[in-house]
Amino acid sequence: MDLTGATVPVLWRLARLDFDPVRQRHVLLYPEGTVLLNDSGAAILQLCDGHRTVSEIARILQERYGSDVTADVVEYLSGLAERELVRDA
Amino acid sequence: MTRNHPTTLVAELTHRCPLHCPYCSNPLEMNRADEELSTDDWKRVLSQARELGVLQLGLSGGEPLVRKDVEELAAHAHRLGLYTTLVTSGLGLTRSRAEKLREAGLEHVQISLQDSDVETAERIAGAASVKQKEAAVASVRELGFAFSINVVLHRANLDRIGEIIELAGSLGADRLELANTQYYGWALANRAALMPTREQVVAADRVALEAMARYRGRMQVLYVLPDYYEEYPKPCYGGWGKHYLLVMPDGRTLPCHGATHITTLAFDSVRHRSLQWIWAESPAFEAFRGEEWMQEPCRSCPRKAIDFGGCRCQAFALTGDAASTDPVCRLSPRHALVEEALNDAAGPVTYRYRDLVMHSPRP
Repeated sequence: MDLTGATVPVLWRLARLDFDPVRQRHVLLYPEGTVLLNDSGAAILQLCDGHRTVSEIARILQERYGSDVTADVVEYLSGLAERELVRDA
Repeated sequence: MTRNHPTTLVAELTHRCPLHCPYCSNPLEMNRADEELSTDDWKRVLSQARELGVLQLGLSGGEPLVRKDVEELAAHAHRLGLYTTLVTSGLGLTRSRAEKLREAGLEHVQISLQDSDVETAERIAGAASVKQKEAAVASVRELGFAFSINVVLHRANLDRIGEIIELAGSLGADRLELANTQYYGWALANRAALMPTREQVVAADRVALEAMARYRGRMQVLYVLPDYYEEYPKPCYGGWGKHYLLVMPDGRTLPCHGATHITTLAFDSVRHRSLQWIWAESPAFEAFRGEEWMQEPCRSCPRKAIDFGGCRCQAFALTGDAASTDPVCRLSPRHALVEEALNDAAGPVTYRYRDLVMHSPRP
């Protein structure tokens, strides 16, 4: 899928976001696969609730961090969409 | 040496199985029921695995559902936060057990199919099994599990790869793993009967690639290449002792499911040692970490960071030296061993089944 500001990103039905107390970081778990997330990646995925658009997610993060992160959000989610871990709701 | 946290534990709960597949990944010398770890042993292992950093758990076998405590172990794994896959033939996965497993928090079920053709499927399995598998698939779908189908590919079913993919699609699988046979243990003993021809492999590769694109977004199609036909070896589990560990029914712990065949290594058991110690300290897990153990041509090869010299178990099985280059690699001085094995594809199909020997006509 081509990700735009209007896309409503949602995690693959088989994927689960979790926090790993051993590594002290967020992880994305799915059948026979694991992605270790950095803080900004986890912040993005926590906002992917199947209702918010990419633009809305970027706006929330902009308010939180004080800079325009739209390009980063699109790039990050596009990478996960390429691996089918994020899909268009 | 700094060691990674492992991500994946495969718990081989038992070697017992109602099927007799001639490519079974269990060792030729299987554990008896009275050698198996207890429920409490397994719970301790799962807890230690989580402390060690394991995130993915495979409850496997043999047929894990032969044991009555799979539900209890799945519940324990769920409390620990593990993402758990039940790796099953489907036999024994009754509606009632599937419901209990769902309640226990099990997330993912992987069911094996042998073929799209019923007769060939049951000949490969060495048992009437298709009806029970169909019932298990229905329960898995209705209860909303993440659902994968796994099919091992070989000479007798590779020509039907297209039909196998369509079958998996019609059964509503979220994922389909198409794995060309890897020749360890039983599969190595049956290599002459399982080896596909080059023509079969070329045609199947094309069908698999096309299906991956066509099913994208509906069913994830994964395709494990037949490594004997590749130029370079597989990066086995991302490197020895790096991400993966497997606990056998009797508690011995391996860095790779084929490792028991490496008779020059001794594998420690969770009956006597903690999983932490086995992972971090045991000689077997240390044996092929890093690059120090490598010989030429691996030692000076730029690909050593990509494939780590290939599979140690395959190197040992074919050359008798577990530190040698995986003979699948075209740069291996023993590559002729693999080229010669490809000629097996011209021979008759006679399977040596797990537990019993039977003959079958050519497909």
